[in-house]
Amino acid sequence: MTAFILKRLGFAAITLFAVLTIVFFIVRVLPGDPALAILGDQASQAALEALRVRLGLDVPLYQQYVAFLGGVLVGDWGISMVSGRPVIEEIIKVLPATLELTIASLILGVVVGIPIGVWSAVRRNKLPDYLARIGSLLGLSFPAFVSAVLLLLFFSIQLRWFPVISSGQGGSLADRLRDLALPAINLGLIMAAYITRVTRSAMLEVLNQDYVRTAHAKGLVFAVIVWRHCLRNALIPVVTVVGLYLGILIGNSVLTEIVFNRPGLGKLIVGALNQRDYTMLQGMMVIYTLIVVLVNLVTDLTYGLIDPRIKYA
Amino acid sequence: MTSPSHSPRLSRSAYLRIALASLAAGLFKAFNANKTSWIGLAVFLIVALLALLAPVIAPYDPLDQNILNRLKPPSAAHWLGTDYYGRDTLSRILWGARISLTIGLMAIGSAMVIGTLIGMIAGYFGGRTDLLIMQVMDVLLAFPSLILGLIVVAMLGPSVANLVIAIALTAIPPFSRIARAPTIAVKNREFIEAGHALGYSHPRLMFGHILPNIAPEVLVMGSLWLATAIRVEASLAFIGLGVNPPTATWGGMIREGFENILDSFWLALFPSLAILIVVFSLNLLGDGLRDAVDPRLKGEQ
Repeated sequence: MTAFILKRLGFAAITLFAVLTIVFFIVRVLPGDPALAILGDQASQAALEALRVRLGLDVPLYQQYVAFLGGVLVGDWGISMVSGRPVIEEIIKVLPATLELTIASLILGVVVGIPIGVWSAVRRNKLPDYLARIGSLLGLSFPAFVSAVLLLLFFSIQLRWFPVISSGQGGSLADRLRDLALPAINLGLIMAAYITRVTRSAMLEVLNQDYVRTAHAKGLVFAVIVWRHCLRNALIPVVTVVGLYLGILIGNSVLTEIVFNRPGLGKLIVGALNQRDYTMLQGMMVIYTLIVVLVNLVTDLTYGLIDPRIKYA
Repeated sequence: MTSPSHSPRLSRSAYLRIALASLAAGLFKAFNANKTSWIGLAVFLIVALLALLAPVIAPYDPLDQNILNRLKPPSAAHWLGTDYYGRDTLSRILWGARISLTIGLMAIGSAMVIGTLIGMIAGYFGGRTDLLIMQVMDVLLAFPSLILGLIVVAMLGPSVANLVIAIALTAIPPFSRIARAPTIAVKNREFIEAGHALGYSHPRLMFGHILPNIAPEVLVMGSLWLATAIRVEASLAFIGLGVNPPTATWGGMIREGFENILDSFWLALFPSLAILIVVFSLNLLGDGLRDAVDPRLKGEQ
């Protein structure tokens, strides 16, 4: 187990290093002069030079690279070129809102997706199965911003059940939940569509196996077979897909935050792109990479919890 | 005393014919295994046809502004209403389809070719080559594709060509994964061994013998990824990184419609439905076909 964790940690570190290197060079080849972007066309040559020195853009590229990697390690991710505040502070300020949204949608996705997936597999080629299959396919056909706009149209504008603009920092818990509800439903239902599909196909594979027939033969109640024996074995691919889905979830959370005007990483990255805030962009990519690497690590380790047969060799 | 005409070597064109015929037969079988694929294909072809005919059938010029006639709800003159500048929404949706489909097809076409090549090389040669290539692909795969697309487009500037590059980049790693697995399965079969024994070159074995065998799986994934590409293009346009206005794009139309959502909801609604119809039809197509070509699900039907 220890050896496995170390190996995964090693791989995570290599991935992190590789992506950070790519990030550094991508940000450096972005066209446009950051100093010029901050100070504007009217700035004097001397002021531009001074700002370049302050931003560390005057030293050779390899020195910038070493400084960048070192900075990432100690939590010094640079100063936002637009707001003048440390990048890491800005990110930490909005990170909870994004985490709140993604975790809520993950829970919703699991709670909705797994039962429907199991039901659909058990009632294979019957009406519930067809409905679940068409419904989930429709769910994953929605670009997140389209579903968000439609939800907003229907629930906030037509029915007026929810606020049109959620602040994400409402005072009371009830306010917060109201703000969170539509964005989380939007992300959660798309997530549920993915989970339904993979649960269904994993369950179908498990339901055909010999031990299920044996369990039937010895007279075990069908519900026990399905929920206790089969689901547990079908969960591994589900966890894998949830891990793989993370990239899509992050992209979808960006779109959802924009539509619902929620503070979060999504609004931060789009703002940074529009204002050419290079250090902020760099910091955003670092945080996204960290999240992806961390979740993949957790996904790998979760396998052992679900299936004790998996030896971490 | 065999004459040269009895040589076991087939001409290049005969190879191609056989390969194409077996590919067509494989796809036809896949289609028939799951009838919903036909519906998906039919809807997608209709959309493609409408996009192709946009210059002929669009009732108005998609860029023609008419300030006196702006933000009008659907009517006989403007079936889907008009936008903030008085432009006809239906015409803009028809023209927008051309952008979505062009970018999607070009991006997925190139990602399919490059990704399949990379995956085949990794699977065919195995060992260190495989390890190195797949490690790089996994790193790329780990990065959220929308964020990657966002950065690449912001970096290169929003044009059709750059959007194609950005979306293709995000789709290469999955295609290399898709192509690699069946390559490994096929390369150990007897007929490849026989090819080795006959002294066939690596490229000949890869392109003449392995590629036709893995092509159905790659093509099926192509339809699913085309759906994703269209979704990503629309998402980028919605964020403001689409082909520059005033060119009509679906994502851009929803972005503009969203600004007037309180009084003119149809502006955001109709392009949303257009995206949904295309993406859903492609998913229906690809999903049905995938069940048919996935070896794990064989014999299920």
